[in-house]
Amino acid sequence: MTWLWSNLDLVWLRTLDHIVLSLPPILLSFVFALPLGWLANRYRPTRGAILSIAGLFYAIPSLPLLFILPVIIGTSLRSPANLIAALTLYGLALMVRVVADGLASVDPDVRQSATAVGFSAWSRFWLVELPLAGPVLLAGVRVVAVSTVSLATVGAVIGAKSLGSLFTDGFQRGIQVEIITGIVATVLLALVLDGAVVLLGRVLMPWTRRTRRIRPAPAAVLGPMPVVRSVA
Amino acid sequence: MIEFRSVTKEFPDGTLAVDDFSLTVPSHRTTVLVGSSGSGKTTLLRMINRMVDPTSGTIEIDGVSVASLEPVKLRRSIGYVMQNSGLLPHRTVVDNVATVPLLRGVPRRTARADALRLLDTVGLDRAIADRYPSQLSGGQQQRVGVARGLAVDPNILLMDEPFGAVDPIVRAELQQELIRLQHELGKTVVFVTHDIDEAFLLGDQIAILREGGRIAQLGTPAEILANPADDFVASFVGADRGKRALHVESQDGSDVLVDSDGRPAGVLVGQRSGAGPSGGARSDVPHIVPTEGPPR
Amino acid sequence: MNYFTDAVAWLLDPAHYPGPTGIPARLGEQLLFTVVTLVLASVIAIPVGFLIGHTGRGRGIAVATSGGLRAIPTLGLLTLVALWIGIGLGAPYVALTVLAIPPILAGAYTGFEAVNRATIDAARAVGMTELQIVRHVEIPLGLPLLIGGLRSATLQVVATATLAAYVADFGLGRFLFAGLKTNDYAQMLGGSILVILLALVLEGLFAGLQKLVVPRGVAVGRPPVDRKASTRRRPGMEPAITKGI
Ligand SMILES: Nc1ncnc2c1ncn2[C@@H]1O[C@H](COP(=O)(O)OP(=O)(O)O)[C@@H](O)[C@H]1O
Ligand SMILES: [Mg+2]
Repeated sequence: MTWLWSNLDLVWLRTLDHIVLSLPPILLSFVFALPLGWLANRYRPTRGAILSIAGLFYAIPSLPLLFILPVIIGTSLRSPANLIAALTLYGLALMVRVVADGLASVDPDVRQSATAVGFSAWSRFWLVELPLAGPVLLAGVRVVAVSTVSLATVGAVIGAKSLGSLFTDGFQRGIQVEIITGIVATVLLALVLDGAVVLLGRVLMPWTRRTRRIRPAPAAVLGPMPVVRSVA
Repeated sequence: MIEFRSVTKEFPDGTLAVDDFSLTVPSHRTTVLVGSSGSGKTTLLRMINRMVDPTSGTIEIDGVSVASLEPVKLRRSIGYVMQNSGLLPHRTVVDNVATVPLLRGVPRRTARADALRLLDTVGLDRAIADRYPSQLSGGQQQRVGVARGLAVDPNILLMDEPFGAVDPIVRAELQQELIRLQHELGKTVVFVTHDIDEAFLLGDQIAILREGGRIAQLGTPAEILANPADDFVASFVGADRGKRALHVESQDGSDVLVDSDGRPAGVLVGQRSGAGPSGGARSDVPHIVPTEGPPR
Repeated sequence: MNYFTDAVAWLLDPAHYPGPTGIPARLGEQLLFTVVTLVLASVIAIPVGFLIGHTGRGRGIAVATSGGLRAIPTLGLLTLVALWIGIGLGAPYVALTVLAIPPILAGAYTGFEAVNRATIDAARAVGMTELQIVRHVEIPLGLPLLIGGLRSATLQVVATATLAAYVADFGLGRFLFAGLKTNDYAQMLGGSILVILLALVLEGLFAGLQKLVVPRGVAVGRPPVDRKASTRRRPGMEPAITKGI
């Protein structure tokens, strides 16, 4: 315990590092997933291809990916950018399917009546389909948020600083408390981000507040992965 | 004979589904329990094969209390047909029909041959024997369900709204089929429905139920139609709206029975010589040939 | 691009094949480790999952514990257990068995829960015993989801086993860490390629297996119409798949 009290500032620094590493992938994967998920949902033939590729990316173990990415996209092995790119890929692989499923879940009657009253395809997507797919997307973003925070720790073994550094450092120096602190801090950060996503969802989707079906328990606890992945 | 004696069922959550219910179900007849949703019909039916055990009271089959029988054995001796057929989706039609005989240890070949014969009995083509339930129409699925219910040649057949989920035309077909079957087999049938027309069509004895399985009236269709016990029964059978106040109208030389809305309910035949398509029926008593589906 | 050529050269170099630190030996270690871990986790998770799925009891606890386990960063658990029981294979076995339990458990009970209520009800009504219902109805119909659970557990284990080379001298991960230490990029990259290939092969195998175990009657014809009303499915109970390391 004494380690913790004398190293609070270190823990705080690593937490900040961790946030810097985790937030961009969560945001970026959502942004990139929108057009890809839309494409997968809109055109049947693309669906299989896009989702299969996403499934394959998802299956790639993270450590090897961290080694390979620099060769492919030119990031430097130990840089935050390398880790962010890898985490974005995973988030994207997951979110593409979520977006496709979420858009597919929109009641076709609603879509048709929107068309009937004169929405263009573009405005219908932004004003009707996307909001209605919202709850599914939200569930997906929660899973991405939690798993990104957890995954970001892996970078520590190649020297990218994060809460995971507390694991490697604690392991090498034999300080149990340091590792436990790292685990607790990672889980807490995941919970906080998850809660923030839920709150954001409530603000953005006020109509879901009353009739919410998805219980507001943290995704870290429920672990609701809204889709069963398959590389069909 | 099945006898309910002061049967009460209160579910753990406090719902009083059946309150002091007594009824004698005669053998080789069809008894219909009819009532609106939630009146306790399913609960009553399931107490016969111990899918549900009563809180108090007894149910006897030919003088033996079902409580003294082992549930699994009891269920294997009673046919049960339910609304959405309840077929096993991963087994073919013939395997579904043979389910219980196989469980009872009947050799595969025998069970299969018996199952194929049962398909004939319920009016199904043997060609569908190796299909899966999801490849059948709703009506076909229900027929398979009936065949499965008959597979152990039970004395008792419990049917819980078996035709509730099929479209009216298929339902009418299945109803006629059941009448024919029952004519041949003479099982003790307990049939649950919320459709009063179905009850009148199929039942030898009808119990009209209110909330909590309270019997509003018990009798034959004719008795109930002629003398509704109270306003509840009257409104349930539609007598108050004059729905069943039929009168005869002459149309193209034959007599058509018409209800108060002017919808045809049947054709009167046998009264006048040669009138109508079934003029061959040499009966002095007029009888009614129902038109397609009862006017509801 | 010459990084890749180096990596391929490294992979093809016969010098990297013989002996206990050669590619085949390391691959074998990783596979053996993965299989043993999955068996251990399955022995615990499958019976418990079936029990939960069949009785519908204890689901809340299972969801909470497996969710909690899932939120724990793998590297943290791995290093912590390694500090406790020392460097070697023990720590990875313990940590990875623990990590593999949640997806398998979830696959087992969601498989059961996804079976149509009415089907089970009907099976009981025609006189199946509870064990017969489990054997003839719930297991065959729930198998695809169970295999799905095993699939994500496998991915997770095979990936994390790579990371486990950080605390134990075994598996393909050694090439990654050894290469990292000596700045031998060819070795790092070659090892990475091996791990990725292994993961993709396993993924493909499971994808095929998962299709294979879908009962024919379920795969053919129309899908069940009334999924929401007629099953025990509840929100948030799909087998959660979280990214392996
Ligand atoms: N397992 C149960 N637990 C609690 N209440 C039940 C259960 N089964 C049925 N009920 C309640 O008992 C009443 C009668 O149900 P049921 O016998 O299914 O009626 P019916 O078949 O006539 O629609 C209803 O109010 C129903 O909600
Ligand atoms: Mg009912």
